[in-house]
Amino acid sequence: MQTTPLNQVHKDLGARMVEFGGWEMPVQYAGVIEEHLAVRQAAGLFDVSHMGEVEVTGEGALEFLQCLTTNDVSRLVDGQVQYSALCYPEGGVVDDVTLYRSNAGHFMFCVNAANTDKDFAWMQKVLAESGMDGVTLTNVSDNYAQIALQGPKADEILAELTSVPLQDLSYYHFCEGEVADVPMLISRTGYTGSGGFELYLPPESAAAVWLRLMEAGQAYGLVPVGLGARDTLRLEKGYALYGHELTSEISPLEAGLGWIVKLNKGKFIGRAALASQKSSGVLRRWVGLKMLERGIPREGYPLYSGDKQIGIVTSGTMSPSLKVGIGLALVETAYAVLDAEVEVGVRNRRLKASLARTPFVD
Amino acid sequence: MDFPEELKYTEEHEWVLVEETLATIGVSDFAQDALGDVVFVELPEVGTEVVAGKAFGVVESVKAVSDVYAPISGIVEEVNEELPDAPEIINTSPYEDGWMIKIRMADAGAADALMDVEAYQAHIAEEK
Repeated sequence: MQTTPLNQVHKDLGARMVEFGGWEMPVQYAGVIEEHLAVRQAAGLFDVSHMGEVEVTGEGALEFLQCLTTNDVSRLVDGQVQYSALCYPEGGVVDDVTLYRSNAGHFMFCVNAANTDKDFAWMQKVLAESGMDGVTLTNVSDNYAQIALQGPKADEILAELTSVPLQDLSYYHFCEGEVADVPMLISRTGYTGSGGFELYLPPESAAAVWLRLMEAGQAYGLVPVGLGARDTLRLEKGYALYGHELTSEISPLEAGLGWIVKLNKGKFIGRAALASQKSSGVLRRWVGLKMLERGIPREGYPLYSGDKQIGIVTSGTMSPSLKVGIGLALVETAYAVLDAEVEVGVRNRRLKASLARTPFVD
Repeated sequence: MDFPEELKYTEEHEWVLVEETLATIGVSDFAQDALGDVVFVELPEVGTEVVAGKAFGVVESVKAVSDVYAPISGIVEEVNEELPDAPEIINTSPYEDGWMIKIRMADAGAADALMDVEAYQAHIAEEK
């Protein structure tokens, strides 16, 4: 099992550690609900060093990335981040990623931890088969620790430790700068929907920066947050998680990510399959699910309309903010109607739920 | 962690308090801690027959779903009506306010075969 540079810090904080995607990670410190609410109301600090990073450099980088990803890389400017996907030719998803542009010849992907090796191998294969010159792929995952500082107080906390003018950094933009005297990438991105930053920094500095952030954040209510709350936070916002809402069998269009599929940008892997799906209409669609009865939808639970099974739950939890069961589900398109009442098969019972708009919370 | 001496315990981390032929059942401090924040509890109805070793209820935390097994057989005489509205009681008071069901035992001696507190603590130490 791999460990992050913050492993001992988590253990010193009394975190409960679990295996996740081949990594030993903290699932909770004080408790999932408490951590979740702290991020919504104040701020939380997450170790996301397990995430992978791949650099794409060289004069052919832009052209290669246009072919590799579904979003339009030509729209990215220096210092901007783009949410995107890598697809197979059949339209299924290799991974969902964020793409960082430093300049026209220097990009970096942030990829899901468990997919890092698969993604890197896929990128190498695509590059080799494309015959493109002037592109270098480097798996730089070991060069970066990653700490996410998320929540409405994140700006004030980070400002205590940096002279970077954070008010000039827009959503989905990044810059180089020092935090706690350590040079790093400061990115205004995240997976909680509560605002904040993701910091890419040298592994050897991770523990010191974490401790400085915790210290600076104490007065603002900053708490360490584990993977448990990371999942409930993203679910309340309706964000997809690879392996659940997105898989090699589910296309970004089915997953409601049509906005990152730019069919008009030119050729890219999966374009033909996705264009065909778009013109004929997808057979199943991803929807939000909110329980009308007490109970919690869980991954794999069936969804019914009358006696007919119309879909399956891909993720679910008890929403700590709303205190009701919420989930994401893949259902037959004809039944994917907002506010429609459906039933969730929970063990030996059927519980009422409605198809709901996401995000579930503002 | 707290393990009252007057209780009997199971390998699946339920506890039983026996008073003559009535057995009160819940989950142990170890179980509630391992589960994390409990957010949902499903209990049987009064009058249901529960069978030793078979699931009689469900406890869900934010992350996980866990069956709760009947330590002994009997008929459900009372269920804790507070729990569906306030499942977090299982975290805050696993042995008192967080009790789950009371059953009238089919065999009053059945609890003798369960673990006492020393045996249970040894069992936990082994699981860790």
